[in-house]
Amino acid sequence: MGLNKNQIAQRIAQELKDGWYVNLGIGIPTLVANHIPKGINIEFQSENGILGMGPFPVEGKEDADLINAGKQTITALPGASFFSSATSFAMIRGQHVQLTVLGAMEVSDVGDIANWKIPGKMVKGMGGAMDLVASADNIIVAMRHTNRRGESKLLSSCSLPLTGVACVKKIVTDLAVIKVTPNKGFVLLERAPGVSIEEIQEKTAGRLLVEGDIPEISLD
Amino acid sequence: MSHKNYISKVVSDAHAALDGLEDNMTVMFGGFGLCGIPENSIAAIRDKGTKGITCISNNAGVDDFGLGLLLKTRQIVKMIASYVGENDEFERQMLSGELEVDLVPQGTLAERCRAAGAGIPAFFTPAGYGTEVAKGKEVRIFNSKPHILEYAFDAPFAFIKAWKGDKAGNLIFKGTARNFNPMMAMAGKITVAEVEELVEVGELDPNGIHVPGIFVQRIFKGIGYEKRIEQRTVSAKAE
Repeated sequence: MGLNKNQIAQRIAQELKDGWYVNLGIGIPTLVANHIPKGINIEFQSENGILGMGPFPVEGKEDADLINAGKQTITALPGASFFSSATSFAMIRGQHVQLTVLGAMEVSDVGDIANWKIPGKMVKGMGGAMDLVASADNIIVAMRHTNRRGESKLLSSCSLPLTGVACVKKIVTDLAVIKVTPNKGFVLLERAPGVSIEEIQEKTAGRLLVEGDIPEISLD
Repeated sequence: MSHKNYISKVVSDAHAALDGLEDNMTVMFGGFGLCGIPENSIAAIRDKGTKGITCISNNAGVDDFGLGLLLKTRQIVKMIASYVGENDEFERQMLSGELEVDLVPQGTLAERCRAAGAGIPAFFTPAGYGTEVAKGKEVRIFNSKPHILEYAFDAPFAFIKAWKGDKAGNLIFKGTARNFNPMMAMAGKITVAEVEELVEVGELDPNGIHVPGIFVQRIFKGIGYEKRIEQRTVSAKAE
């Protein structure tokens, strides 16, 4: 029950507005690029230094000098541009990028996010995540509602080391679409088809406001 | 008396480019993952055996390539980077305490390089506020948002890689191989640029120069580029 990865990405793609520059993180966020609604023009930014990122190349056309921030081979679309890491993060810090979509291990009901470090495990580093969450006006988190042990990832406060504070605006999980508000905490906007409000309440550890009718997520 | 109207930065090869590189120095290496890394300089430093290197680089290479080569030979004692996955030897040295690691947010890392080259000793950034990165750092509020103080790097040497360069040190990069290379060029007291194509002065269009030669002290034509791909991802062929 609930949405699969592609459906989570598809729901997030519904948030895209014409003319936006968008940075997609690794994992489910990357899939958002496959679901851009018709008539919407978006340019994707990858923080290693490209705007106008296109799909993976066809076999034989891979170029070692053309990768995304996940170190995957990519293509550049007509109108693309390349730039340095300093210019790239000027775009991000300077709020020229309208939307950041990234994954998370935990989100708190005031919008704190933890997604880079698990104590006791090998730390790989935060990469560009701290710069992205500290600066972006609009941050959507794509993740599963619970972790592998079935514990809620939507908490009253994060238990893992933070990536950023009070920054997440919206969360799309396999079970629900949730808005994050500074005063009221999580606000339930939509539920996955066939998923009950009770199940979402049960799997949300942080404050969750449920007001009025909660429609099902539409993926048409 | 005749004179050239440019300053030649050309050195014969990677080994000549290391003149003055000594043990226990802080050294910058351009590149993102294995993209745009100075392959020839890294190999030459391995051969020279320079020890005690404090390394400023976005990543730490993989086990048998990039900076992984200098980790294997224990030439690096400290790594300043934003992301260090994909390297088992790195993990082993880090967990055993042989290698000191300082993780820096990627945009902060880039700006600390840029600032170093631009004469800005320190700056405030929102990145890392409220996290362990902010520990011990000055916090100030600008436009009702908290920022933390970060300092410019200080690097006697920077090793970078470009696509084309001329004898005056003007550089052009290709694709996303630009990444950290331009800011590190600015930051290094001695910046060594290796290029795939070294051309005569006048052959590059001045309108298209990415790094002006003033930021480059030494340039040479690299050989045998491997340009390894970390994650080969492809699309299905179009019908």
